[in-house]
Amino acid sequence: MKILIVDDFSTMRRIIKNLLRDLGFNNTHEADDGNTGLPMLQSGNFDFLVTDWNMPGMSGIDLLKAVRADTKLADLPVLMVTAESKRDQIIEAAQAGVNGYIVKPFTAATLKEKIDKIFERIAAAG
Amino acid sequence: MSDPKELYLTQARELVESLESGNDAEVERLLDHLGRRREEHLFQELGKMTRELHEALNNFQLDNRITDITESDIPDAKERLNYVITMTEEAAHRTLGLVEEALPISDVLKDNANRLHAQWMRFRSKDMSVEEFRELSRELDGFLNQTVGHAGDINGKLNEVMMAQDYQDLTGQIIRRVINLVQEVEDKLVGLIRISGQERLSRPADEDAEKDRMMRGLGPQVPGGGSVDVVSGQDDVDDLLSSLGF
Repeated sequence: MKILIVDDFSTMRRIIKNLLRDLGFNNTHEADDGNTGLPMLQSGNFDFLVTDWNMPGMSGIDLLKAVRADTKLADLPVLMVTAESKRDQIIEAAQAGVNGYIVKPFTAATLKEKIDKIFERIAAAG
Repeated sequence: MSDPKELYLTQARELVESLESGNDAEVERLLDHLGRRREEHLFQELGKMTRELHEALNNFQLDNRITDITESDIPDAKERLNYVITMTEEAAHRTLGLVEEALPISDVLKDNANRLHAQWMRFRSKDMSVEEFRELSRELDGFLNQTVGHAGDINGKLNEVMMAQDYQDLTGQIIRRVINLVQEVEDKLVGLIRISGQERLSRPADEDAEKDRMMRGLGPQVPGGGSVDVVSGQDDVDDLLSSLGF
């Protein structure tokens, strides 16, 4: 499983990368905002996207919308891991087609739970 | 006629002529006329300045942003920065606490491994009775069990140490917002100075005030601050102290 982690803070990318490795996902790649992440997604055959919301350049919500608007990427599972915790924002992300939403600070257990849930749903949908 | 200079010149010539020919009434009329023209110009300028000042003051009052900044944004920024202190403090304590918990566990493992290793070497060099070997074998059993548990504990604590580093992202985002606010305040202040129409004077910092500030503490140096009178690390500190005879 090839995963792209998009966050402007390298410390957070490292934490997520380590947590994913702990969960058995070793093939992770990193980008620091939507502008660098989107071309990687378009050319890289990624299976899963973990993205922050608030980033300089292209934000996570815009990246999510761009992914959903791209016919080749439209079905890519997207998990948001962000400090943005306003109800309206979570609704906005849901409407844009996010698959999971984790609010920082979060725990390893939360990450595992959300990822499991996303893949269970995908498997159930066939 | 449109050139005021030309007009003044013509009237001045007429004035000289009238004076020379002794036409007092005409002299009086021309002087009046010249005086009025001068006043008109002055009033026009004054009117223009008044209008500009009025507009500037109006614009300034209309700028609700300044009120917002002083009433809510600055107190909010202070709160945010205090929160940054709290968060970094908590993260540091959390990390230190976990390290303090993990160190004794790894110490126990190391001590037991050392002790068993010594006995194992005795067994390898056939310097051990059967009774002693039974004892060693029981201890090895216990040690292996203990190691599984302790290594798991240490693993969990290391993972928690890793998670504690999320403060850097969270506080970084908060600080970034405060930086944006400071930038905005700076822009508004520049606007204010422009309105008051005074040049900003680059006055050398008051020496006493500077010293006072230093005594209270300047906090950590920010990279790119461009200060040349700052030490660059512990080696610099040591060098400086030794040059002073410490």
